[in-house]
Amino acid sequence: MSDVKEVTDLTWEAEVLQAELPTLVDFWAPWCGPCRMVAPIVAELSEEYAGKVNFMKMNTDENPQVPSKFGIRSIPSLLIFKGGELKGTVVGYRPKPELKKRIDEALV
Amino acid sequence: MREVDIAIIGGGGTGLTAAIYAARAGRTVVVFEGLITGGQIATTDLVENYPGFPDGVNGFDLAQGFLKQAEKFGAEMVYENVESLERERSGTFVLTTTGSEFGARAVIMAAGATYNKLGVTGEERLVGKGVSYCATCDAAFFKGVDTVVVGGGDAALDEGLFVTRFAKSVRIVHRRDSLRASALLQERARANPKISFVWDTAVEEIEGTESVSSVRLRNLKTDVVSNLATAAVFVFIGQKPNNGLVGELAEMDEGGHAVVDLSMRTKTPGFFVAGDLRTAAARQLISACGDGATAAISAEHYLTATYGAPGQSH
Repeated sequence: MSDVKEVTDLTWEAEVLQAELPTLVDFWAPWCGPCRMVAPIVAELSEEYAGKVNFMKMNTDENPQVPSKFGIRSIPSLLIFKGGELKGTVVGYRPKPELKKRIDEALV
Repeated sequence: MREVDIAIIGGGGTGLTAAIYAARAGRTVVVFEGLITGGQIATTDLVENYPGFPDGVNGFDLAQGFLKQAEKFGAEMVYENVESLERERSGTFVLTTTGSEFGARAVIMAAGATYNKLGVTGEERLVGKGVSYCATCDAAFFKGVDTVVVGGGDAALDEGLFVTRFAKSVRIVHRRDSLRASALLQERARANPKISFVWDTAVEEIEGTESVSSVRLRNLKTDVVSNLATAAVFVFIGQKPNNGLVGELAEMDEGGHAVVDLSMRTKTPGFFVAGDLRTAAARQLISACGDGATAAISAEHYLTATYGAPGQSH
C-alpha cells in the first residue's frame, strides 16, 4: 500500500531529520500541475521502497519555513535526506526510472 | 513483443486526441508518454482560446479530461520514453522503450517540442533556485520581489502576466524592439503597471551563489553591458521540435520539423506526424488536437486499405 505522509514545519525535525530511515520529501502545492503528476509516482515509489525509504510530502503554501530554509524556488522538488543530511535534490517532473536512479544514488 | 494497431508517441493534446479517435474507431492503441500527460498545456494556468470554455479552463484539468476520454475508449497509456523506432521490411514498426518492445502497424508521432534554454553561464546551476521555465509552477515563490522574464512571444507575455500576481515587478527582456506576441497579450502587458520592457537586450549570464541575485545584460544595439538585480529569471524563448525518433522516416524542413501533407502523411506509409513537430504548425492547442484527429483518421484509412477493418487478426 502506498504511504506518503504529510509533514509540516512543526513535525519536520522529528519526521525527517531524526528519522531512522532515509526520507524522500515531495514539496508541492495544490495549484501546481506538474506536482499533481508527480504525486502518483511518489505514491508508487513508496510501495516499491517500503521498509527502506520513508516518503513524505510538504505543502509549500501552508509551510513557509522549511521550503525557505532549503531555498526551494521551484516545485515539484523532491529532496532526499539520510541521517539528517540532504543527500539529493530533484527539481521538476522526472520520469519514474530517473527518480529511482536518483533515490538509489542518494542511498549509497 | 506486444502488437497493436496504432502506436502514438507523445501524450499531449495531439497524441491524446489521436488516441480518442483511433480507439473509438475500434483500433488497439498505445500512447507513449515519458514526461507529463497533456504536454505543454498541462503547465498552462488558463487556456482562454480553446472553444467551449468561455471563461477559460485550467490546462492541467483539460489535459486530464483528454486522458480520461482516451482511456474510456480503450487507449492504453505507457509512461515510458520510446528509445528507438524502426520500420521492418514487412511494414510493421518496432518501438523499444526503457522496459519493453512493441510492434505497431501504424505510428502517429506527436512528440511536440521542448522549450529552448538560454545556454548562458549560471542557467543550469540555478535551475530551481530562481531560473524557471514554468511560471505557473514557480511564480508564487517570488512574492513581492523583482523578476525578469526573457522572450517576446505569446508565452513570455502570458507567463509574465501570471508572474505579476505575485512579484513586485516583471521586466521583460527581449532581443528585439518589438514583440511577436498577439495584440491582445501585448495590450494587457503594456497596461499592467508591474510590467516594463527592456528592448534590444540579451541575457549574457545569470548570477547568484545560493539563488539568483542578478542578470548580466547586453544591449545588442549599443553593446552596453549592465547588471540587473532580480530574484527570478523565467525563460520563454521559443521551442525546438522533438524530432529524435523521426530519422529517415520523414523529410525535415529547415527548422527540424517533419514534412507532412494535409492528411499528416509522411513519405513513409503508415507513419504520420502531427502537432508541434510537423512543418508549418500553428502551435496552438486546438490545431494540435485537430492534427491528432486528422492523423488518426489517415491512419485508420491506411490500416483498412492495407490490413482490413478493425478486429482482423495480426
